[in-house]
Amino acid sequence: MPPAHDIIRLERIEKRYILGGEVEVRALCGVDLVVTPGSYVAIMGPSGSGKSTMLNLIGCLDRPTAGRYFLGGVDVSRMPDDQLSEARGQRIGFIFQSYNLIAQLTVIENIQVPLLYQGKDVRAHQDQCAKLADMVGLSDRLHHRPNQLSGGQQQRVAIARALVNDPLLILADEPTGNLDSHTGQEVLELIDHLNAQGKTIVLVTHDERIATRAHRVLHMRDGLIEREVVNRNGAAGRGTTPP
Amino acid sequence: MNPLSFQFVSTVRLGMKSLMLHKLRSALTMLGIIFGVCSVIAMLAIGEGASYEAQEAIKKLGSQNIIIRSVKPAEDAKQAGVGRGSSLEYGLTYHDGARIQTTVPGVVRVLPVRIIRENVRFAQNSVACQVLGTLPFYMDIVGLEVARGRFLTETDERNHENVCVLTAGLAQRLFPYQDPLEQSIKVDAFYYRVVGLVREKNLPEHRTQAGRMEGEPLDNNLYVPLSVSRSRFGEVLIRRSASGFEAEKVELHQITVQMRDMEAVEAADPQIKTLLGRFHTKNDYETIVPLQLLRQAEQTKRIFNIVLGSIAAISLLVGGIGIMNIMLATVTERTREIGIRRALGAKRRHITMQFLVETVVLSVGGGLIGVAVGVVAPLVVAHFTTMKTIITLWSVGLAFGISGAVGIIFGLYPAKAAARLDPIEALRHE
Ligand SMILES: Nc1ncnc2c1ncn2[C@@H]1O[C@H](COP(=O)(O)OP(=O)(O)OP(=O)(O)O)[C@@H](O)[C@H]1O
Ligand SMILES: [Mg+2]
Repeated sequence: MPPAHDIIRLERIEKRYILGGEVEVRALCGVDLVVTPGSYVAIMGPSGSGKSTMLNLIGCLDRPTAGRYFLGGVDVSRMPDDQLSEARGQRIGFIFQSYNLIAQLTVIENIQVPLLYQGKDVRAHQDQCAKLADMVGLSDRLHHRPNQLSGGQQQRVAIARALVNDPLLILADEPTGNLDSHTGQEVLELIDHLNAQGKTIVLVTHDERIATRAHRVLHMRDGLIEREVVNRNGAAGRGTTPP
Repeated sequence: MNPLSFQFVSTVRLGMKSLMLHKLRSALTMLGIIFGVCSVIAMLAIGEGASYEAQEAIKKLGSQNIIIRSVKPAEDAKQAGVGRGSSLEYGLTYHDGARIQTTVPGVVRVLPVRIIRENVRFAQNSVACQVLGTLPFYMDIVGLEVARGRFLTETDERNHENVCVLTAGLAQRLFPYQDPLEQSIKVDAFYYRVVGLVREKNLPEHRTQAGRMEGEPLDNNLYVPLSVSRSRFGEVLIRRSASGFEAEKVELHQITVQMRDMEAVEAADPQIKTLLGRFHTKNDYETIVPLQLLRQAEQTKRIFNIVLGSIAAISLLVGGIGIMNIMLATVTERTREIGIRRALGAKRRHITMQFLVETVVLSVGGGLIGVAVGVVAPLVVAHFTTMKTIITLWSVGLAFGISGAVGIIFGLYPAKAAARLDPIEALRHE
């Protein structure tokens, strides 16, 4: 058993895609990674280097072709689909580049969606959802639809939604990719704030300045972590140096 | 409310919301089911009504009766042309009646009837009618009741009284202004005194009157004692036809045999046929067994129901395919939403449920509207036509049940297809 205090432990993780016939794409070629609770990890690298693939694996959206993945000490690399869904719902909050809100639902309903799949009574969590909306500064927009909001506002709804089940881990794939630098800044500050409250963050970005907020910056190339930079000033100067 | 039922309610609400997003599309999809359900109910109601009418008509003939009618034999019809002197002789005889009475077991009564088409006159009025010569118990067997006066009696029969009884309809046509009772009316060369008016016990008119031709008023009979019919009209009847005069000799036009019970009817039918066959060389009579007609009508109804039912079921099937088609399109359209929900913790069964609920809402909603339309449509048909319709509860239940089943069956595949989508692929979908 791996030490229980690791929240993420990847052991020689490989991901291969077979494309029509004999062509094989190796998206990940044996990645090892350990992330401790409370840390803030940024992943950088050129396009096609496997960042999203790795983040999806960490997020239990996908299973590795080879290798093992322990999430909070539990091997999830061979879990059946239903248990993976449960793991996603309970432990992980996603923030996507394109927000991914559900168009026909209002802000508050979007925030409530993850509760539904945990079998929780939405009405009992009404206050909590309102509080989350307040935290991301949208308490006056509860009954608006996503298409009535700006990109930055939509992304903040997505952040509130990611938090509703109180996950251990927040995964963000280029969360500011579609935003201008000012709104992007606001979103990043929210993410810093979450990290300060103890959430573990793994974030994919192309932006060097964004990466400086993290404790650790992983540089990927061709499906491997090529090098790692430990950033002592990460997350507004807070945080401990991981081993 | 526990969380589970809450989850169900919110799934239904979500389904409704998604359907409302495409109102026209949902309405058109529902239309298939509406027509299906409506046609099941309406068709079965019309079928049920038609067979009910047929059965009622047959029942009036009396399920304990066997009716034998004289029929002009086909081969003689040609020869009988213009020829004078030679009269065509065919049909049932008094002997036939007597033989049946004495040899066939289970016979209660044998009723002979003579039917002559004539004009009846009163003052300036002349009305074509049927003159039926028969015995007093005709009234019981056919199911008449006296409206005024009396029916024929034994005394009339014995004394060859020149009396007659009119059906209410004929009386109305013949006596638009006077009271018909005790008036004298003229048929052929003789006068008859009107002693009573009768009508059928159970209106509407049954169409079973002996010798009735298509398109003739049902309620157009004049009854005289059999003995009178025999002596006044004679056995040989001269009839005017296109090619001259035709003479026919017919003793009886109809014999109604009343049996003890239905079992006796079954047994007597072949016996009567053999008995008559022995004395008739020509094919100049036909037997009608209402009991058998009734059974045939029931059989026909069953086939009718199956045929109508399958037509309606096919339209429901088509409606179901429509639903499936739309749901497949919807799943494709909402692939990204499916990906999002999966990322947020939805299991496959949650996705299946979501889409299944949508189809069931569509089909059950369509089913409810279809039931409403299907219940009203036969009433409208019955109102504007003479067709009788009967809406049975089971047909409503059947139609509604099928619509629900169609929703589940045809919704399952698209819902499963949605649930099988890979979350990452779905999220990447534009
Ligand atoms: N479903 C798939 N089928 C085949 N190949 C895939 C699939 N998903 C990813 N790949 C391949 O895996 C490699 C890594 O892709 P990935 O999306 O992880 O890159 P990335 O680092 O996120 O790039 P970007 O910065 O552009 O988002 C690429 O070569 C890509 O073509
Ligand atoms: Mg990517």
